Amino acid sequence: MSQLQSKINTRDKTFTENREQMQKLVADLRGKVEKISLGGSERAREKHVARGKLLPRDRVDALLDPGSPFLEFSQLAAHEVYGEEVPAAGIITGIGTVSGQPCVIVANDATVKGGTYYPLTVKKHLRAQAIAEQNNLPCIYLVDSGGANLPRQDDVFPDREHFGRIFFNQANLSAQNIPQIAVVMGSCTAGGAYVPAMADESIMVKEQATIFLAGPPLVKAATGEEVTAEELGGAEVHCRDSGVSDHYANNDRHALELARRSVDRLNRVKNPGLDIRKPIEPIYPPEEIYGVVPADSRQPYDVREIIARTVDGSEFDEFKALYGTTLVTGFARIHGYPVGIVANNGILFAESAQKGAHFIELCAQRNIPLVFLQNITGFMVGKQYEAGGIAKHGAKMVTAVATAKVPKITILIGGSFGAGNYGMCGRAYDPNFLFMWPNARISVMGGEQAAGVLAQVKRDQMEARGESWSEEDEQAFKKPIVDDYEHQGHPYYASARLWDDGVIDPADTRRVLGLCLAAATYREPEETKFGVFRM
Amino acid sequence: MIRKLLIANRGEIACRIIKTARHLGVATVAVYSDADARALHVQLADEAVYLGPAPAKESYLDIRKVLAAAQQTGADAVHPGYGFLSENAEFCRACDSAGIIFVGPPAAAIDAMGSKSAAKRIMEEAGVPLVPGYHGTNQDAGILEGHAQRIGYPVLLKAAAGGGGKGMRRVDSADEFHSALDAAKRESMNAFGDDLMLLERYVVQPRHVEIQVFCDKQGNGVYLFERDCSVQRRHQKVVEEAPAPGMSEELRAQMGEAALRAAHAIGYVGAGTVEFLLDASGAFYFMEMNTRLQVEHPVTEMITGQDLVAWQLAVAAGDPLPMQQDDLTIIGHAFEVRIYAEDPDNDFLPATGTLVRHRPPEEGNGVRVDTGVRSGDEISVHYDPMIAKLICCGRNRREALAKLDRALQQYQIAGVRHNIEFLRRVINHREFAGGRATTHFIEDHETEILRREHQLTPLKCAAIAGYLSERESRDLCARAPQADSRSPWHNGDNWRSNLVGRRRHHIDHRGQHAEIRFAYNGETLNWQSRSAEGEEQSGEIRLLRDRELALVDGRRVGFSSVDTDTETKRCGSIFIDNTQVEFELLPPDMGEAGDRDRGLEAPMNGTIVALLVETGAAVEKDQPLLVMEAMKMEHTLRAPAAGSVQQFFCAEGELVDGGRLLIDFAAGE
Repeated sequence: MSQLQSKINTRDKTFTENREQMQKLVADLRGKVEKISLGGSERAREKHVARGKLLPRDRVDALLDPGSPFLEFSQLAAHEVYGEEVPAAGIITGIGTVSGQPCVIVANDATVKGGTYYPLTVKKHLRAQAIAEQNNLPCIYLVDSGGANLPRQDDVFPDREHFGRIFFNQANLSAQNIPQIAVVMGSCTAGGAYVPAMADESIMVKEQATIFLAGPPLVKAATGEEVTAEELGGAEVHCRDSGVSDHYANNDRHALELARRSVDRLNRVKNPGLDIRKPIEPIYPPEEIYGVVPADSRQPYDVREIIARTVDGSEFDEFKALYGTTLVTGFARIHGYPVGIVANNGILFAESAQKGAHFIELCAQRNIPLVFLQNITGFMVGKQYEAGGIAKHGAKMVTAVATAKVPKITILIGGSFGAGNYGMCGRAYDPNFLFMWPNARISVMGGEQAAGVLAQVKRDQMEARGESWSEEDEQAFKKPIVDDYEHQGHPYYASARLWDDGVIDPADTRRVLGLCLAAATYREPEETKFGVFRM
Repeated sequence: MIRKLLIANRGEIACRIIKTARHLGVATVAVYSDADARALHVQLADEAVYLGPAPAKESYLDIRKVLAAAQQTGADAVHPGYGFLSENAEFCRACDSAGIIFVGPPAAAIDAMGSKSAAKRIMEEAGVPLVPGYHGTNQDAGILEGHAQRIGYPVLLKAAAGGGGKGMRRVDSADEFHSALDAAKRESMNAFGDDLMLLERYVVQPRHVEIQVFCDKQGNGVYLFERDCSVQRRHQKVVEEAPAPGMSEELRAQMGEAALRAAHAIGYVGAGTVEFLLDASGAFYFMEMNTRLQVEHPVTEMITGQDLVAWQLAVAAGDPLPMQQDDLTIIGHAFEVRIYAEDPDNDFLPATGTLVRHRPPEEGNGVRVDTGVRSGDEISVHYDPMIAKLICCGRNRREALAKLDRALQQYQIAGVRHNIEFLRRVINHREFAGGRATTHFIEDHETEILRREHQLTPLKCAAIAGYLSERESRDLCARAPQADSRSPWHNGDNWRSNLVGRRRHHIDHRGQHAEIRFAYNGETLNWQSRSAEGEEQSGEIRLLRDRELALVDGRRVGFSSVDTDTETKRCGSIFIDNTQVEFELLPPDMGEAGDRDRGLEAPMNGTIVALLVETGAAVEKDQPLLVMEAMKMEHTLRAPAAGSVQQFFCAEGELVDGGRLLIDFAAGE
């Protein structure tokens, strides 16, 4: 393969300024996540620990193989959404290795609102299951939850993608032989009781875990029967009498060890069907990405500078390098895995869209995973381009992206606006994983453009009524629109609502891609059947 | 001329003999038991003959089998090494009648020295000074006690047939006499099949100085000077040196002459050692003569430049001694230490197990290592647990001592407990360094020499953190799918999304418990520790993996490690900056259910000698319950509290593994 030659001067002022800007963003991200990682209030945590329970992150650590990475999803979920703090939406999800096998882990945080399910908790739980399904990874649920958050039941319970979907997924994942293991480490009430009940194997911690459809207060209200939680649904009951649970654990650590053993006997073999080579570090260190990305997002830069700091040996074989140059396509390796990279290098034209579609077809044919580096303001607009059929050329690329059955991983490294988001495998296109950089922005169009469009419409209306609109008034009209777009397009806003799987440090991009590729290739290759391409 | 030599021994001495034989162009035949099928001495020899099962009685001590091996391979000589058949007159005779040269003295000389009481009579007649004692055959306990009174306490009880400290007891007063006698007799009977005891005055503040003698069949004899083996523990030599510190030329000649008189008195041929007790006034008493090559012969070789095995082979072949007395000179100073698989923290209990690592210091430049084991070999219950002899020679005592200390620091042994740290404390002790050690040296300075240095220093914590991180990545990597062996899910650096991944372990370092935490910062580990007492420490370490080096807080030090797991525990041994750090990972609290009274487990592999109480009988605290024998030493299991024995899980005569539950014990009246 040919090695990319960086044209970045790491000693110049721009580089330093860019780097400082990105460092600020990363420091802010890390600071927020650090705080979120603590979970609930100090009091709630102390109470939790005093009961002999491990904090949820300690549970995850104890469940994972020592030294295993943990690729966590949506750390910022529910961030500034509910008008109250619900750190990480009260649930920790991610992938880590357990007994050598990468597993999707879903751990309730009982220190956050008793581990109850807010709407975004449900969404995060479902997203974790979707990841498990798409990547064929076993699921381990560390259950410690009071069930649905009652005040918000209308946004939690009734709809298709609400609480009930969790159990629908468990049944269907199990049907696909994607193991479902539940470790009940606290309460598991009402609907929640179905998590262990629907699991392939379940484990309960003695004198700590409880499973019941209705808790003691409800039972007393309904039938007058007085019973303790332990008598009603403790580990003794469910492991000895009811058979709701399979394994009896002495404490949290014991339960997690039992879960590890459970995974150890799953008898799963990975057949990636890929030509995997020895990983080589890039020649240009990934940390330099900080200085590559312009502090001013409107400044263009060569996306190959990012690729050079992401792929093995900084080696990249470009496909159609001279054609449709605003889209960079080519072959590389990341952590030894072969990938096809599709990266924006400007606005999308008909040629670039066709090139993209062609390249995606190639990768699907060869079973090469796709990596999309999204930094796109959209497709080219204007009379000439509409007449040239930009819509149908864009549609080709969208068709290819939508139907290609190879693993797809999308990183939003800059703007993600309009139809460009579709062609570049946005969330709606079911990439296996989608992460954002802290400098990225996502919206239907740029804030300036949106304000411009809305102002133009208003001006037209006013002028039709014979009114005039001063420049000042127009600016005053546009400002809140621009601000709204800026606020809602921000990665934290996006991540809080699970439009992505998390915001990552750009310097971690190579590692995250490697982990995603390795996780995505647990599903055996599938044949792609493309839809009709409009020619 | 000897063309093919069978070595009727194993371990380091077999290897050492093979080395010289090979040098002289003599073909070698090794013999081995089941336990030694892959042993180093078998590999080194040109041929090897299987003898039998691991117990020495059925292999190395079986005269018929050894002789058959010699005949079968056409060996014209047998070297018995030390121990086993080396001082067995019957074997010597059997060789003679089979027409095979026995590399050693004539049977009569062995006989003469074999019984200590008989030997003393001969020595007395030859004018060799003796310690007052009783060497008679009347073994009536009352008579013996009477003699003890006559000689004066403290007296020493010794097995007439014995050696190496077995069947030996010091008795300080009359009321201890009978129990000591019984124990010594039982031990002697077990070890030598004979319980004839003799009595001696226990010489106070003595030094053990022995003379290496050599005689040929032509009647010539020389002495190759002395060795000081005063540093002993329970009559087992720990450090040997030559020449003896403070030895005058005059005394050396006196002792040498006396030793030669002893040898000539019994018609000695070959290499022999005459052991004396030397008191502070320069008076010396004959103790015994060892009619074989000694374990510690290398120190004599180092200071004379001679190869004693080569001398032995020459003399055995009928050649005259290669040198006259006047040709022999002392050309330096040498020390030998015996590196044992044993636990100095636990009353020197012999250790068994797999020698996961055996990495001696580099030989040459005055450093010599005589060993019979390699990494991966087993230290078994069947034989002496000596791992190696480390011999260091310098132009003078101080230089030799410095070399020895350095070599000990570099010596790496893992998998079994060993005495290297103990040896370092011995040789660095001011009394020893000053050349003033007596045979009571170790007991006199016990507190200093046996002190446990197991504090968790920052260096040790750094080492443990480094090892654990390295091991975690290794373990995780080993679990990677075959088809995707380099998956980043298996690289083991504990990466976390936007967070710092912290690892936390609880460890036991020789009884010290601590929590060790570490986090990666690129290639560097930031570690923190908290001891059981709440003491906090922190620092950083970076492993330079391929070079067995580490940067500890910026300082470059040697670093290598090895896993020493047992079936139930995960353990590691780390060598960092010439310090060995052994520790085990404490398993997380899994909340075990059940509160049964603890049973009593075998402290080590061994044979059950006697069950001392009836099942169900009430016993007092500390009452002996069971006696087992291991490494030819007896160990008694005692009641941990008042209570009763519910059940024995073993029978007399049974061979049990260390750690096995032997007694189901219930505490309570």
